[in-house]
Amino acid sequence: MFALVDCNNFYASCERVFNPALEGKPIAVLSNNDGCFIARSNEAKALGLPMGAPAFKYEAFCKANGIKVFSSNYPLYGDMSARVMQILSQFTPEIEIYSIDEAFLLLKGFDYVDLASYGKEMQQRVEKWTGIPVSIGIAPTKALTKVANKIAKKFKERTGGVHVIETAESITKALKWTQIADVWGIGRQHARRLEAVQVNTAYDFIKLPEDWVRKQMAVVGLRLQQDLKGIPTLGLEEGQKSKKGIATTRSFEGTLNSLPDLEERIATFANHCAQKLRAQKSAANVLMVFVRNNPFDPKVPRISKHIAIPLAYPTDSSITLGQVAIKGLRALYEADVDYKKAGVMISGLVPVNGKQLDLFQREQPKHDALMAVMDKMNKRYGNALKVGNQDLQRTWKMKQEHLSKRYTTSLSEIITVSS
Amino acid sequence: MRLVKTKDTPSLSFYTPLTEGGLKQPIIEGGISAGFPSPADDFKEIRISLDENLVRNKEATFYARVSGESMTGAGLDHGDLLVIDRSLEPKDGKIAVCFIDGEFTVKRLKITEGVLYLMPENKKYKPIAVTEDNTLLVWGVVTYVIKAM
Repeated sequence: MFALVDCNNFYASCERVFNPALEGKPIAVLSNNDGCFIARSNEAKALGLPMGAPAFKYEAFCKANGIKVFSSNYPLYGDMSARVMQILSQFTPEIEIYSIDEAFLLLKGFDYVDLASYGKEMQQRVEKWTGIPVSIGIAPTKALTKVANKIAKKFKERTGGVHVIETAESITKALKWTQIADVWGIGRQHARRLEAVQVNTAYDFIKLPEDWVRKQMAVVGLRLQQDLKGIPTLGLEEGQKSKKGIATTRSFEGTLNSLPDLEERIATFANHCAQKLRAQKSAANVLMVFVRNNPFDPKVPRISKHIAIPLAYPTDSSITLGQVAIKGLRALYEADVDYKKAGVMISGLVPVNGKQLDLFQREQPKHDALMAVMDKMNKRYGNALKVGNQDLQRTWKMKQEHLSKRYTTSLSEIITVSS
Repeated sequence: MRLVKTKDTPSLSFYTPLTEGGLKQPIIEGGISAGFPSPADDFKEIRISLDENLVRNKEATFYARVSGESMTGAGLDHGDLLVIDRSLEPKDGKIAVCFIDGEFTVKRLKITEGVLYLMPENKKYKPIAVTEDNTLLVWGVVTYVIKAM
């Protein structure tokens, strides 16, 4: 059996732990640089604040409806997430941290344990120790835990936030209730295609012939179908710590249009990605650069461009990634555009010890030693060393006008209690 | 990067890159010295860590700063640092951080005849009897107080 543990409105819940007066009040959290809304409490959802809405467009709306707005406080969310995950690993040795607020747990050898009460115990411990409420779905496969979790959340009064589906009847019932578009791993395009052939629920989907699924959705779709049927097909992801891709993107406070300015930013983003990459001992095979203007400016046409550059060999070098990123930027750059946002994404990650040998061996082995020294110095002296294409003088600050305190990671920002 | 031959066939030789750089030398504790070994080497222990000792449950431990004088009798002075363990059960007699009517406060819990009182430890302050009109959350139990001298 598997369990999926999902923190309820995680970012909003983190804010509430240290400000319990916000319990039951509408809260929304903004993305980096206060760009758009990335998290909403149930109350804010009910008021009709859309996900992903640009912050400036809804400023008045939030004020009028008493929605408390926060800048994203990743030091806080990251620490609270680590606490939750650590507590969950007390319940089983096999855990896959799926995202900042979700984890799959493998419950192997729990045959004589009442899973519903085990789930309740998990939920209570996490909430008591950290203050974060969680919902738990328990089922024979990963895909079905997603379904069970959704039911746990949707019918909270009845389930108490923990739902187990185990018998054939309960699985069938749950699948009939689940809309195809809500099935984990079925993207919007596949959902549309499935709906076109009258596949409206997860139950309709498992009834499809396997050949059809294989042809239309490849082996990934077939594995998902098996998993939804209750046949364990998707296991916990190995190497859970390696992320599939790393991205650093930012909105600029104003707009940028000179190439040198943009180059500096892109190089910084690439360096940032490279640092993260080295920290998790991976190397990248593909680098993507993206730039766009302000899509909400009615006076100019919307421009959003990206380029993906396959790397000749997997690398984790700040220098190589910086150079490639700048090359990519130059290919995208147009002189008369006011750029509002840019980013660097790297993907196709492989563990460093699995680096391929390239026929032409272009990687500078010197970089490895240099990068190791650079990381060490930066750790000790707080990002003192930069790559030449990063600007040393300029400081680019994130816009964080609604930032809460770093209650758990900075001694000068802990809560104050009156006595 | 060095190459290591992994397999030889009559027509082909297979190589694999050795990515781990550097020399592989066993490290000998205390180094190799020509003189006498340190007599303390056999008695090495891990240095005292307040974190290890004052934080019994890392995941459930949080910190807060005291503001005010109502708990001076219990040794909690203005500006002191509190170690709070949320995993502990709030019981009669424990000092706890509570959130009452929109504010964090630290008091000693007292339960008599089914009524919960938040007790100050300073004669200038009055006990608070918690009634149905109050919204109370017992946030966590105080385990240690750290003060600068």
